Amino acid sequence: MTLIYLLGLVLVAAGAYVVGRQKGVTFAMAGGASRMHSLPSYHGAYLAVSAIAPMLLWFILWLVFAHRVVEWGGMSALPADLAPADGLAYASRLREILLVADGVQTNEVAPGVRAAGETYALWRGLSEWTLLIVGLGLALIGFAWGARQLEPQFRARNGVERFVKVLLIACSAVAVLTTVGIVFSVLFETLRFFAKYPWYDFLFGLQWSPQTAIRADQVGASGTFGAVPLFAGTTLIMLIAMSVAGPIGLFAAIFMAEYASPRVRGIVKPVLEVLAGVPTVVFGFFAALTVAPFIRSTGEALGLNVASESALAAGLVMGVMIIPFVSSLSDDVINAVPQSLRDGSYGMGATKSETIKKVILPAALPGIVSAFMLAISRAVGETMIVVMAAGLAGNLTFNPLEAVTTVTVQIKTLLVGDQEFDSAKTLSAFALGFVLFFFTLVLNFIALRIVQRYREQYD
Amino acid sequence: MDATATAARPKPTASATLPAGDPKIVAKDVNVYYAEKHALKNVSLDIPERAVMAFIGPSGCGKSTFLRCINRMNDTIASCRVVGSIKIDDQDIYDPSLDVVQLRARVGMVFQKPNPFPKSIYENIAYGPRIHGLARSKAELDEIVEQALRKASLWNEVKDRLQDTGTGLSGGQQQRLCIARAIAVSPEVILMDEPCSALDPIATAKIEELIDELRQNFTIVIVTHSMQQAARVSQRTAFFHLGVIVETGPTERIFTSPNDKRTQDYITGRFG
Ligand SMILES: Nc1ncnc2c1ncn2[C@@H]1O[C@H](COP(=O)(O)OP(=O)(O)O)[C@@H](O)[C@H]1O
Ligand SMILES: [Mg+2]
Repeated sequence: MTLIYLLGLVLVAAGAYVVGRQKGVTFAMAGGASRMHSLPSYHGAYLAVSAIAPMLLWFILWLVFAHRVVEWGGMSALPADLAPADGLAYASRLREILLVADGVQTNEVAPGVRAAGETYALWRGLSEWTLLIVGLGLALIGFAWGARQLEPQFRARNGVERFVKVLLIACSAVAVLTTVGIVFSVLFETLRFFAKYPWYDFLFGLQWSPQTAIRADQVGASGTFGAVPLFAGTTLIMLIAMSVAGPIGLFAAIFMAEYASPRVRGIVKPVLEVLAGVPTVVFGFFAALTVAPFIRSTGEALGLNVASESALAAGLVMGVMIIPFVSSLSDDVINAVPQSLRDGSYGMGATKSETIKKVILPAALPGIVSAFMLAISRAVGETMIVVMAAGLAGNLTFNPLEAVTTVTVQIKTLLVGDQEFDSAKTLSAFALGFVLFFFTLVLNFIALRIVQRYREQYD
Repeated sequence: MDATATAARPKPTASATLPAGDPKIVAKDVNVYYAEKHALKNVSLDIPERAVMAFIGPSGCGKSTFLRCINRMNDTIASCRVVGSIKIDDQDIYDPSLDVVQLRARVGMVFQKPNPFPKSIYENIAYGPRIHGLARSKAELDEIVEQALRKASLWNEVKDRLQDTGTGLSGGQQQRLCIARAIAVSPEVILMDEPCSALDPIATAKIEELIDELRQNFTIVIVTHSMQQAARVSQRTAFFHLGVIVETGPTERIFTSPNDKRTQDYITGRFG
């Protein structure tokens, strides 16, 4: 039914457009196009918008409220002895009613439920017809309202402009509200976790072992959620990754922007960007099966004690993965430095590398910093490579040859498999997620500020 | 020579005497190609020492191209090829053994649009002396910076805010900063490519005064699209047209009795 409704929406829009445009053309023929305020196509668009805007609004309202009304209708048709007592019972009763309403499994249910199911089906049918009839009625009213306004001097063009603006605002609002919604849902779960587990133990505790026992007499009956080892592990891997990606990415960017011929640049840049498109699981594979064993055998040859899963392996591979984030963005900002500054420097007798070091990099620095920030948030958020190459052990160490774990890996581990929804173990994942989100937010904020400063410089 | 003295000078005139002696720069049969495009054709020209030489001509005729040959800035354009010889003080600047970096320290350049570095005023001036190692101490560098700013008659305006960023100055001040930046490495020649085209008339008048002042110590070559400017600041003028030099001579003669019909048409505004 909703499909029919949407189809109707399109038809109404098309019809109204044709009528409005025709009317516009009539005006133009009668009085000459020069005396009209807007072109005939704007008259058409205005009429189409007048007709479908109320239809759309009604559809959204219906989507939000109709199923609640129908549900309420079905539930209140239940006899008193079958009425659900709590939330859990309500959900299972509703499931039964739905089955009846959809015409499945009709023989094994209590007659009261069957009656309720039939009521539900009836209400549902009614609600769909209401959608259609009220929707078309509204379209008609909107159409009439719009059509009455049309005349040669009518400012249809400005009316369409207003509609476009509202549409754009609505779309941005959806994006913003989604973000806010996610933040708040994570925040609430985090607060629930802190109700069960003290926040300072979480933020400053040195031991991470989230395994909560099923029976009270097992060892480690309650988990400890000291997140410092995770923060340390994340930081360690991020630092290793950045010490690979930072210099390589930056130098590659300088090469592409300043030294490479357009032909070479045209090859190197896309190839580097392909690196960003490789699925991280492939990198993880590479880290676990190639790099980690290599590091271990090299380490052993040097007489070092290397774990088979090490922060170094994960960090190195992650560094390679984020090279394009540094290089591509840095290349863009270096290219954005005005040619006149280069000319000024060469004209003073500076060599190319002097010019890069003393003029171009300082001028591009803010942009380069934000490229680094982006790469860091990418490194901190990366999960797959670490799962595969750095392990799950929550060691508190800064030795890159040992196994460590990171915030994202633990979130994944905590939520994989069957979990109770409100155990401290599950909720701690939200707390970790929140910390991660907060950290990335701060990084982005800093990057944004730096970029703003950078913009002011050339004005 | 400080700023107040400069301000008190009478308006420069074109009738200033021409210095005798050997030319500073001698160009012979210079041809320039941008890929396939033949931008300069057999250009030969003598540029006198300690005087102002103006290049005039309709746009696209190769004035900037020739100017950029004199400090080999064309080297930075990949598609550009220069043949022929240009000698400064009898030394061929296209000789393969010549160090371009040192050439550009001897031949400074000021561009059409003021292009100070996004650094402090002080750092803008200190840039050249630093990369060429001209100052042995901080005090020496300070002295170079002050002298350069004085010669560019900018010292009085900026002496209290040397640490402010150079891009925060007005357009005319920025252009004088760029001139000071070029002066700071004590070049022999200063090339200016339409240095006033982005400036208002008052800032333009200041720069013109400055140019007249500077010609006592430097050989100056200026490209200008304004014939009044050429008449006001230069002693010699070369008229470019479609990649060739049509006519060259003392500025006064070029503007009063040109030999060539094309020059005549251009200075009387029949094309351009
Ligand atoms: N970088 C370049 N690449 C290709 N052609 C150029 C380049 N610079 C200048 N030209 C060409 O060379 C000719 C002379 O240009 P230019 O010296 O800038 O003229 P002017 O300064 O007299 O206006 C013009 O036709 C111009 O299109
Ligand atoms: Mg030019």
